[in-house]
Amino acid sequence: MGALRRTHWLAHLVLIAGVATFVFPVYMAIIGSTHDLGTIARGELSLRPGPHAIENYTRAWESGQGERVRGTPVRRMMTNSLIMALTIATGKIAISILSAFAVAFFAFPLRMFFFWMIFVTLMLPVEVRIIPTYKVVSDLGMINTVPGLTIPLIASATATLIFRQFFLTVPDEMVDAAKIDGAGPMRFFWSILMPLSSTTIAALFVILFIYGWNQYLWPLLITTRSELNTVVIGITKMIGTSDAQTDWQLIMATAVMAMLPPVAVMILMQRWFVKGLTETEK
Amino acid sequence: MNTKVLTAAAAILVIAAVFTPGQGAGQVPAASLMAQAPGQRVTIEFWHGLGQPGGGILEGFAADFNNAQSQYRVNASYKGSYPETMVAAIAAFRAGNAPHIVQMFEVGTATMMAAKGAIKPVHELMKEAGVPFDASIYLPAIRSYYSTADGKLISMPFNSSTTVMFWNKDAFRRAGLNPDQPPKTWNELRAAAQRIRAANAAPCGFTYAWPTWTQLENFSAIHDVPLATKTNGFEGFDTELTINSPLHVRHVQFMMDMLKEGSFKYGGRDAAGDALFPSGECAIIHGSSGLRGRIVREARFGWGTAFLPYYEDVKGAPKNSIIGGASFWVMTSPRRTKEEYRAVAEFFKFLGRPEVAAKWHIETGFLPITFPAIQQVQSMGYYEQNPGTDIPYKQLTRTLPSKNSKGLRLGNMPEIRVVVYEEWEKAFQGQQTAKQAMDAAVQRGNEILRRFQRTAVTQ
Amino acid sequence: MTRRAIFDNKLLPYVLVAPQLAITLVFFFWPAGQAIYQSLFRQDPFGLRTEFVWFENFAHVLGDPAYRGAVGITVLFSGAVIGVALLTGLLLAVTADQQIRGAGVYTTLLMWPYAVAPAVAAALWLFIFHPAIGIVGRVLVRMGLHWDFSLNGVHAVILIIIAAAWKQVSYNFIFFLAGLQSIPKSVLEAASVDGAGGRHRFWKIVFPLLSPTTFFLLLVNVIYAFFDTFGVIHALTRGGPGKATETLIYKVYVDGVVNLDLGGSSAQSVILLLVVVTLTAIQFRYVERRVHY
Repeated sequence: MGALRRTHWLAHLVLIAGVATFVFPVYMAIIGSTHDLGTIARGELSLRPGPHAIENYTRAWESGQGERVRGTPVRRMMTNSLIMALTIATGKIAISILSAFAVAFFAFPLRMFFFWMIFVTLMLPVEVRIIPTYKVVSDLGMINTVPGLTIPLIASATATLIFRQFFLTVPDEMVDAAKIDGAGPMRFFWSILMPLSSTTIAALFVILFIYGWNQYLWPLLITTRSELNTVVIGITKMIGTSDAQTDWQLIMATAVMAMLPPVAVMILMQRWFVKGLTETEK
Repeated sequence: MNTKVLTAAAAILVIAAVFTPGQGAGQVPAASLMAQAPGQRVTIEFWHGLGQPGGGILEGFAADFNNAQSQYRVNASYKGSYPETMVAAIAAFRAGNAPHIVQMFEVGTATMMAAKGAIKPVHELMKEAGVPFDASIYLPAIRSYYSTADGKLISMPFNSSTTVMFWNKDAFRRAGLNPDQPPKTWNELRAAAQRIRAANAAPCGFTYAWPTWTQLENFSAIHDVPLATKTNGFEGFDTELTINSPLHVRHVQFMMDMLKEGSFKYGGRDAAGDALFPSGECAIIHGSSGLRGRIVREARFGWGTAFLPYYEDVKGAPKNSIIGGASFWVMTSPRRTKEEYRAVAEFFKFLGRPEVAAKWHIETGFLPITFPAIQQVQSMGYYEQNPGTDIPYKQLTRTLPSKNSKGLRLGNMPEIRVVVYEEWEKAFQGQQTAKQAMDAAVQRGNEILRRFQRTAVTQ
Repeated sequence: MTRRAIFDNKLLPYVLVAPQLAITLVFFFWPAGQAIYQSLFRQDPFGLRTEFVWFENFAHVLGDPAYRGAVGITVLFSGAVIGVALLTGLLLAVTADQQIRGAGVYTTLLMWPYAVAPAVAAALWLFIFHPAIGIVGRVLVRMGLHWDFSLNGVHAVILIIIAAAWKQVSYNFIFFLAGLQSIPKSVLEAASVDGAGGRHRFWKIVFPLLSPTTFFLLLVNVIYAFFDTFGVIHALTRGGPGKATETLIYKVYVDGVVNLDLGGSSAQSVILLLVVVTLTAIQFRYVERRVHY
């Protein structure tokens, strides 16, 4: 048991170092949101929180009603972000899991061709094809709409890829057993495959939710009404351009608030990780 | 965990979210905004690239316009930074639903102008809409920047800034310099910066933001030397850069010498250098007039505003400085109606009012762009109460613009600026001489201009 | 790579793939095709005047010394980011997977970086490393290192590697952990009963079982390093100083969005697309063979 205790100590050290390094910028964001602008701009930001937390957070939350700042209330932006993120995450998972199921569990002509077609979407980033994509969306009359915001982003290859990876590890015996039981492929999918994939789905949900949450360029292009702004657009709007002044402390406060839903999602998903673990013990 | 229920719920959620109309937006495609029902307001789309607080104030003006009458409605939206707004406008134009008005930064002027079929010149717009419009109320340096070579206004000026010098009075005092006397010439500036460093009155003597704008474009204007042939590109797209002239090379060498001796610190590209002054790090800075707001908020020392320095042995110097900022362009579309153009014209007339320009100037630090606005601000006693706020416009109107200080009209100017950044950065790191840097900049810059010329309409 | 045990239905697979394929065709292939087609033209940004120039854009791009420089930087940058991100993610995931107190807390904290919006994350890094106002930057300067990433190319590259890898470590961590936690406990218990020591157990048993995840992450990290790091570079160095941090994808963006050279930018994207497709095909062909399903 001595060896075990040593490993524990080492593990803690590694993790603490990891947390310190990797969480440091996030920590600084929180610190930055509690100071006033002058302190930050003069480079006097310390590692300890400052006294302006309440003032900054209230101002950021209400920024839509400020007299000089005509933004959209953070409340509104958060709702928009939430809708976008949830739609994209669930949409992506839904269609990807079906495609991956087809690619992994069936043999049909053009199987690998379809897989590659889906996969290659990762290699031409949206910034490059933004003008023609805008045209397509505009021609379909989808500007300023939720479908326009979400559907073009739903064709995810990442999710399909990871589901495929995972499905390839499912033991053949399970499929054989299902067949013997007379279960068709869809039955197999619902009753056996889905529960098995729970950790994967949970992880993907976190990633895709955040991906949808942090979307900037696409919603910016597709919407012309500020009521539809997402929280990330709001933050970038605050960071401003050349001649503008940057309210760093308000940006940090909004950024921290913007982080909370994804973090909440993560914490929720963590429980699923654990649950998934116990279920696969079967 | 019942995965069946879960998946069903997810599916329902997706379907519901995807096929329900968005909040407050409805399923209204932009195209149908063009077709107005009789009795309804004529709505126009206005895209801008101003973050807060400027963007908010601008959108406030749009709201004021909407409230002041019942025929027209301006829908203002923020489309990201200026390059992003540009791309958005291009994408929309190609899709057939360009916004009515788009804000474009000053260095995109040539690109917008070359897009002859896509834009409607302002002078034409006002005339066709029958809205009386007097372009002479605009400050000459501003008006000339956005006009054709023969003086016709193509885009509507709105947010213009110019470059000024700020100096740290407390640091000057600590170095034994007269705190109320900013350097007037480059030699004086260098001497001051050296004194400050020698006395360690501040960690850094001199820096600047927007390197190409302050040290090349404005530098050329102030010293009355051309940046490029054909009146800095106003007279044709077959222009060529002349920034490897002896004076230009001399100035780059001057900066390199100051860097080497430690009296100058390179602050980085674009606005990166801004941070170095309000923090007290550098005692002298050349930056945008708009930096003032930030200095007021953040600086904890006495400071002042001054004209940019010049080389006293150059004939004709100092002339007026040139502007930065952005202007409003009117875009065409196959579905535009005369009513919509009228709405744009009326909105522009509204924005040109002295109260609007005065409020914009006071609240954002951008220049007062019309003479009536300046008069109004003066009569409010604003300039007495806020010393230094009149320096920007004074420097801009110091002289009437000459051929070399009208501004510039070079295609792909953002790209050329980056070329200059790169060559200077190499020189500052000791990888090449000043002459090599400027020769390279001219060669690369001319390639860019030729590429632009090839795709543009020759005037 | 095919499974042995599969289903026989002929029509069902097509139905299952259909939704994703439909969206991909409409919203990816159709616009992507147009974007690629643009690489054969010289045109002004608004599309008012176009000139068909065959492969002139490609020739110009490949002959540009700046492009070759960008290739070098991209290789260095991507290699570093992928290496650092994968190894660190794995290390942290393995450590967090152990039965130690507070594993849950560590896990949550380590996942946070992924939630920060890219624009904000970059701003934060600027804050921390800025030589004048950054908390670490000032320390570095005081240590006499002349830390200045706006003028020193090497410093700039280091900064973007750190910032880019940082985000990706979180991502890798999440998936490695999910992969580790889906390994049945029974397998691990069996291994320790057999007397396999910790390290041995890891490399001989856990790592092979983790290989589908590793393979997936390798693919994704390559794509991340080549494409998604654009945001980090844009916010921190804009490709400078000189051209020290101009990677291939950054060049694509700059030429397309800032310089509005749509033909040249499309040509570069096509080249980049081909490069990454090749890289990925190689991975599928040679690396997947060693993946233990």
